[in-house]
Amino acid sequence: MTDILPFLKSIISVSGLSGHEAPVAKLIREKWDTLVDETSLSRVGSLHGLKKGSGKEPRPSIMIATHMDAIGMMVSKITDGFLHIAKVGGIDVHVLPGAPVTVHANSGDELPGVIVMPSAKLLPEEAGSGALEIQYLLVDTGLLPREVERKVRVGDLVSFANAPWELAGDVISGHTLDNRASVAALTICLEELKNKSHVWDVWAVATVQEETSYLGAYTSAFGLRPQIAIAVDGTFAKGPGADGWHAHPLGKGVGLCIGPNMHPFLHTKLKDLADKLEIPWFMDVAPSHSGTDAYPIQVAAEGIPTALVEYPLRYMHTPVEMVAVKDLQRVGRLLAEFIASLEADFLEKIVWEDK
Amino acid sequence: MPTFGTAQLKLLERLTNVIAVSGDEGEVRKIVLEEIKPHVDDVRVDALGNVLATKQGRGAKRERVRVMLDAHMDEVGFMIVADDNDGIYRFETVGGIDARHLVGKQIFVGRERTAGVIGGKPIHLMENDERTRKVPVDALRIDVGLTGKAKIGDRAGFATQFRRVGPSIMAKSIDDRIGVATLIDLLKNAPANIDLCVAFTVQEEIGLRGAKVAAQYFNPDMGIAVDSTPAHDLPVYNGDENISYNTRLGLGPAIYVADGSTLHDARLVRFLQEVAEAESIPFQIRQPGGGGTNSGAIQKALAGIPTVSVSVPHRYTHSPISISRVDDWKNTINLLHAALKKITPSLLAVR
Repeated sequence: MTDILPFLKSIISVSGLSGHEAPVAKLIREKWDTLVDETSLSRVGSLHGLKKGSGKEPRPSIMIATHMDAIGMMVSKITDGFLHIAKVGGIDVHVLPGAPVTVHANSGDELPGVIVMPSAKLLPEEAGSGALEIQYLLVDTGLLPREVERKVRVGDLVSFANAPWELAGDVISGHTLDNRASVAALTICLEELKNKSHVWDVWAVATVQEETSYLGAYTSAFGLRPQIAIAVDGTFAKGPGADGWHAHPLGKGVGLCIGPNMHPFLHTKLKDLADKLEIPWFMDVAPSHSGTDAYPIQVAAEGIPTALVEYPLRYMHTPVEMVAVKDLQRVGRLLAEFIASLEADFLEKIVWEDK
Repeated sequence: MPTFGTAQLKLLERLTNVIAVSGDEGEVRKIVLEEIKPHVDDVRVDALGNVLATKQGRGAKRERVRVMLDAHMDEVGFMIVADDNDGIYRFETVGGIDARHLVGKQIFVGRERTAGVIGGKPIHLMENDERTRKVPVDALRIDVGLTGKAKIGDRAGFATQFRRVGPSIMAKSIDDRIGVATLIDLLKNAPANIDLCVAFTVQEEIGLRGAKVAAQYFNPDMGIAVDSTPAHDLPVYNGDENISYNTRLGLGPAIYVADGSTLHDARLVRFLQEVAEAESIPFQIRQPGGGGTNSGAIQKALAGIPTVSVSVPHRYTHSPISISRVDDWKNTINLLHAALKKITPSLLAVR
């Protein structure tokens, strides 16, 4: 299996906040251009890669959706050269004080900075000694106020800047592994498909704005109108802060999720295939809403049968998210094998077992 | 005045990139010894791990004041205290760290600098009131990866790398590697009129322990603690004037008058200001108030030692990334060079 780590590290080393995914889309497109027949961007910026199947036209298609957007911050105000910030996506304020960031300045400069807590005497009493709300935090770029005023404007993006961090046990940590790790897994799938024949067309999709509105998944599912779809996303890995039923061991396999967002037939097919291939997997459940692209795809157009395949991710939505590379390889392989297993008449076999 | 530039900044980069948590200062000690050995008459490492170096002046002994300079080598950090298995460890903080700086940070553990992180609970799994509550240290863990190993007793520190940004330095442990680098520079350019007794001390962050024995060893006529003091020069949330800034970046070396433990020697406070004015070196008076430096230990050692404290201001103390201005450091070095040259026994005459 190809070493996905250099590619994964490259795509978590660039920004691409929700609504501003272009920097990462460019890197993914360069990679996918070597693996698919054609790539294009949707009207809202999602990346579409088409790998044509061998079946006769009109061929059915499967869409694999991985979101490429990142959570982060945006400049909301500038005071004496310090930047006030607002959230883009589900930011946890606990991770912010002391976090290294990049300010993507209106001037075109990428300014290194750090998120800081003013001392208690500079804050209202109600700010308290708890986690500080984001309106009290500031970004310091180390530059003099007049230079900041010249370069930065309200609305400029602020992204996490810590570099990818390799840990023992084939584990990688960094920001935005949710969900660029899925992009990496889908890339592994496409590499596997180079040496496999598949009847169906494959739409590899890197969606935009999952963290804020599911914009990319809604619109790509509608536009591409696949017959079936699989969303790929992280689920909670067991570890500090996550040990309940939500959480699953890191490095021990693929998550196959059931719940109302997911089509039970596809889920069963994936389970059976994983068993057959001896790919370790665990059952994950999303009793009402999966919080992933599976939902917007499921309800696109007249409805699309959708599955959700997951990899365990520790410390979700922190800058030190952590995944096991092995799990991503398993996801990639399972996706490729599933695609290769789709027969021309697979769609007719999708049934409800209501007897 | 000796030139200031790339050489000093390179040294500070080396010093801030290594980790030396209180009680485990070896990494900094190694650099200090390597840097100063060719420039001193005598150097020893004492029972606590202090590096104590002497550079004799020339001229009549009774005309030479024994001046002790102090900068602490240690920094705040962590110690591994228990193994939770699968690469996950419990830890305690060493020195005054606000736990609100810890979640989501990259760290190095132990002498081997094993890569690790301090993670956090996913926001999706938090109850509403947890989202604004401070996470205490005992709820956090150090994670070195599925097959990673650390040992109980290992120290750990932030993995921040030094960088220059415009007029500033961004680094961890500017407090007090900038003092260590300053003392190395002063030793390399020692004046002939005094006996220079330079103490690179241990365990400042957990109670000024190294400086106390260093002062007892040197038995100096006077002492200067060279440290880095917080600058709280940020805007007040409601736009009011900031009257609790402690110091401000860009205004030069901060001379202490009074802090939580010490009233600094009035003769020395005045002397430093007079030297700065005579040499046109900008300086500021640190706002009187809490906090303190090794001055507190040196002043009370033996039968009492006249002591003053000079600091390079830095923002965001004891956090993963502090910020200082290069010019403040340069002006601190220049002030100390100029001051040392002007020290004579009459400075300490009791009036």
